[in-house]
Amino acid sequence: MLRKIFALPDWYDDWNQKDPVRYTKAIVFAILGVAVISVTTIIVVIHPYGTDSLQTGPRGTGMSVPEFKFDLAKPDPDIAKLAEIGDLDGDIIKAMQAWTGIPNLFEDPDSYQYAVGAMMIAMTQNINENWDGHVNANGEVGVTCYTCHRGQAVPSEIWFTIAPVTKATAGWASVQNRATSLSQSTSLPSNALESYLLDTQTIGVHDLESRVAGVPGQDDYPGIQHAERTYALMNYFSNSLGVNCVFCHNSRAFYDGGQVTPQWATANLGILMVQELNNDYIVPAGALLPEERLGPRNGDEPKVACKTCHKGYQQPLQGTNVIGDWPVLQSTEEVVELP
Amino acid sequence: MITEYQNIFNQVQVRGPAEMGTDDYGTLMEERSKNPVFSTLFGWFANAQLGPINLGMAGFVSIASGIVWLNIVGLNMLAQVDWSIPEFLRQLFWLALEPPSPEYGLSIPPLNDGGWYIIASFFLLFSVMAWWYRSWQLAAEQKMGKHVFWAFGSAIWLFLVLGLFRPILMGSWSEAVPYGIFAHLDWTTAFSIRYGNLYYNPFHCLSIVFLYGSCLLFAMHGGTILAVTRYGGDRELEQIVDRGTATERAALFWRWTMGFNATMEGIHRWAWWFAVLTPITGGIGILLTGTVVDNWFIWAQEHYFAPEYDGAYGYDAYRTYEDFIGKE
Repeated sequence: MLRKIFALPDWYDDWNQKDPVRYTKAIVFAILGVAVISVTTIIVVIHPYGTDSLQTGPRGTGMSVPEFKFDLAKPDPDIAKLAEIGDLDGDIIKAMQAWTGIPNLFEDPDSYQYAVGAMMIAMTQNINENWDGHVNANGEVGVTCYTCHRGQAVPSEIWFTIAPVTKATAGWASVQNRATSLSQSTSLPSNALESYLLDTQTIGVHDLESRVAGVPGQDDYPGIQHAERTYALMNYFSNSLGVNCVFCHNSRAFYDGGQVTPQWATANLGILMVQELNNDYIVPAGALLPEERLGPRNGDEPKVACKTCHKGYQQPLQGTNVIGDWPVLQSTEEVVELP
Repeated sequence: MITEYQNIFNQVQVRGPAEMGTDDYGTLMEERSKNPVFSTLFGWFANAQLGPINLGMAGFVSIASGIVWLNIVGLNMLAQVDWSIPEFLRQLFWLALEPPSPEYGLSIPPLNDGGWYIIASFFLLFSVMAWWYRSWQLAAEQKMGKHVFWAFGSAIWLFLVLGLFRPILMGSWSEAVPYGIFAHLDWTTAFSIRYGNLYYNPFHCLSIVFLYGSCLLFAMHGGTILAVTRYGGDRELEQIVDRGTATERAALFWRWTMGFNATMEGIHRWAWWFAVLTPITGGIGILLTGTVVDNWFIWAQEHYFAPEYDGAYGYDAYRTYEDFIGKE
């Protein structure tokens, strides 16, 4: 009767007839069955790896940025740390000491930190005043020392040049095919940041007409290698902001200014800003640093880029307004009274 | 018993004396290994008999120059990690032998900037061509058609376009594909991006059609033949010349399903052409890229097949960042 209802397969009857009592197998199958049902239930009902997504373009283009819900639920812990520091009764010196984690900052005029700090104040004022289009693109947030430093004397996510990455090769072969921090652990070139964010080489590799004659590497006709280096830079952008290609681009036509998001324009301002910060402030300030603060590979000055501020978030400190209480850092006209 | 034999893994292996082939001219044992062996492991998947192998002069030359190519690539990778075997293993997928930098154009570059790549490529070319010749030679010896030779030739066409024809037309060896696991994937992505998205290259479209079509035909044909094996359908050659109930049923099945059926012989021509056209069309697409068309997306817009999408760009048009991150 049972067999007729459930149409049990022959092998099942054979198995039962030959050896009807197999406790071990029964237990194993029971455990497996319970496990399968539990896992299915957990995935369907609780969904611990559930995602949410941010649509970034027209329907049909597949443009969206996905995030795990548990990541979205957890605010950047640095926001709470900043709140802990508080406004320190508006004492900018004390605030800068707390933001940079240097308790005696600006107390010794002979210290290199004093001179570097003065340059960094000028840089911060410049960013808040002149790079408003990048920094305050989504409303007033501004930057302070804390945006990069986060309570550490040396900010995280600074970078040094590391190319060449092999001694046995020359040319393009010597700057790629190694898993490095600057290649984002890919085999793409490791010199993208120095080429585009220190040196100001052309990032775009596309021809803007369907046919453009040229020989790769000559007459400004980009070769495959240039495309790979641009791709390395884009990987860095992506990891710095925790986003993907389609946060800025419609990936079917990366070059096309008519199919980009407003965030693409904000990012472009960011590129120009980082180029200026590195060349006008960070590298000159780096000349004052002691040797142990220089690059382990090439002895170069520490440099900034997207991740130095963003730390993996679309907006640094998830869009927390850090400048509101500190008008003295908002304009190059202001003067911070140093002791 | 027979249901167990007809499995993807053959559970029953019938084993007799080795099958040595029909020796019509008394020359069969020339350039051939003497003693075939049997492997139960091989028997699980296919024929348990291994050998005798006819390597021949062309096969020997091919394998020898292929080994030279492999060693040049491997030793270059090893040199890049300062001859450290652990580093070599750790970085293996990242390491590569790169083509010359663009500034050398088609001239001979220094060894450490693409020179070794050119030398290695020469050996690889020689190796592949010798193996290609061998596929003709062995077919000729058995008075077979040269279908396998031409099919391999279509893959060689794509290989030559990537590494020889296109770099020459572009005027630079730097356009060739690097020898490395991740490096050749980087090349593929960068190639598509550099030339404005290869998905809008119609020959790339055709290549995908034939590639996926090959898989589909393979599955349909395999499925059909297995389904009519019980009526002798697995004896395909007999069914071609003397159509039996297996063919009738298979043909009827497909006519019922889609109104149309291949013939017992024709399905093999369909499959061969689909497979062969995959690299032929792919090679044409690569050859046109950078030589005739430099931005495939713009080319697609000019030819009216890049669709327009209505709607705003940027998340601001859809929701706020604060809402997304769950912050007030």
